[in-house]
Amino acid sequence: MPPFIDTNVYLSRWPTRRVRGDTPETLVELLKTGGVTQAWAGSFEGLLFRDMRGVNERLAADCRVAPELLLPFGSINPTLPDWEDDLRRCHEEHRMRGIRLHPNYHGYQLDAPVFARLLALAAERGLIVQLALSMEDERTQSALVRAAHVDVRPLAAIVRQVPGLKLVIVNAFRAMRVEQTDQLVAAGNVSFDIAMLEGVGGVKRLIDQIGNLDRVLFGSYAPFFYFESSVLKLRESPLAGGQLEAIRHGNAERLLA
Amino acid sequence: MIWDLHCHLMGVPGRTADERMARLVEYADRLGIERLCIYLGPSLVKNPTPERLREDNDYILQALSHWHDRAFGFVYVSGEHVDASLQEIERCVAQGPMVGIKLWVAKRVSFAAIDPIIVRAHELQAVIFQHTWFKTDTTQYPGESTPDDLVAVARRHPDVPLICGHTGGTWELGIRAVRAHPNISVDLAGSDPTSGITEMAVRELGAERVIYGSDAGGRSFASQLAKVQGADLPDADKRLILGGNLRRMLTPILESKGIHLPS
Repeated sequence: MPPFIDTNVYLSRWPTRRVRGDTPETLVELLKTGGVTQAWAGSFEGLLFRDMRGVNERLAADCRVAPELLLPFGSINPTLPDWEDDLRRCHEEHRMRGIRLHPNYHGYQLDAPVFARLLALAAERGLIVQLALSMEDERTQSALVRAAHVDVRPLAAIVRQVPGLKLVIVNAFRAMRVEQTDQLVAAGNVSFDIAMLEGVGGVKRLIDQIGNLDRVLFGSYAPFFYFESSVLKLRESPLAGGQLEAIRHGNAERLLA
Repeated sequence: MIWDLHCHLMGVPGRTADERMARLVEYADRLGIERLCIYLGPSLVKNPTPERLREDNDYILQALSHWHDRAFGFVYVSGEHVDASLQEIERCVAQGPMVGIKLWVAKRVSFAAIDPIIVRAHELQAVIFQHTWFKTDTTQYPGESTPDDLVAVARRHPDVPLICGHTGGTWELGIRAVRAHPNISVDLAGSDPTSGITEMAVRELGAERVIYGSDAGGRSFASQLAKVQGADLPDADKRLILGGNLRRMLTPILESKGIHLPS
């Protein structure tokens, strides 16, 4: 089976809905049925829970259901006391390859000094940082679980100040326009997943806008989104074989190397 | 067989209606979508004047002109301009090639003065499509209908088939709002491909009342098709949703225009 890396999946449960694939076993089945050979998994618990050590321990344990498939990406909330210890444990105890951040659920803006410090510490450890800009359409959120999209405008300047940073922006395109991507790509090693990319022929349009195929990753946002959405996006856009291979696995493999 | 209930030309590359229509069909072909219903012009004016309605409909008529074998048009009408809308229905449906009506966000559809539009569209056997959203933030437009508004129409016209656009956006609410009204079907288009929407719609309404649409070109065909192709449903249900239901609804008006679909 050719490699197929999904850089944007979640374990545990969405706070206001059950979805198919929201147990480790059913998510593994869903991904394997879709041909996925590796999936970078965050945790829905990471949005609202305060005991982040427990969140990340459960995430790591859940990923051991299929260690050949699921790579845990721990949650870090830099507004919590002693968050640096969570980062250390993700790296040293769980041997995670990256972390996933949700600033809009944790109540900080990207120009907060603690965000730049978190990026710098992660980069020093060689961790991939995944930054989720949105989790749900703002027009459908529960009144009790509201989170505005992350304001991405300060990000390019911060990225330029963090050498060695490997940043993946997931669920980007409800919070920012495709036309804003090239500024971030020029700032450093910044990639985007396609889970929230919309518009006909969107993947081709994103590649053309960025001007750098290396920065586009396959991400499904399963199980919150139907996994097939991102798969069909690859068919909708006219892509050459090399472009498909890069998006399906090559670019993600390069980030992990 | 895949028929798409809900397409626009906005967001599609191209300078003219003809160029955009050709590109839209190219993308549809890549995903096996055979027929497209298109409506609204390029302006996206939320409360259009009668002149703007006519211009928008002319844009769609032009787009259809080379694609009658692939696309169907719905005439854009407004509850703010009932008389002008009736004239547009005569021009574009009774005397023209269009097969449905599209009501957007100019005025909530629940008000009774809109009834002549509903009645005339039904006389012509035109499909009646109303955009709806239940927005949980503060962005609901003043004239934007919710599924509850469409329910008011369904109560006044229980024999008239109606389509609830976007399944109300916040679909868990929209499905519940319309489920007691069998003359309302739901359109799956134009919301995120959130897992469970189609399964819940089928559970509560039956597959016969659920219709695939995309809201392309602002949305991708792909994300919206995934709502059906990725759903945990029997293939027979998926066939109805992807095309069977829309074909059933369109067949009377197509036959009245002398268009006989292959069996």
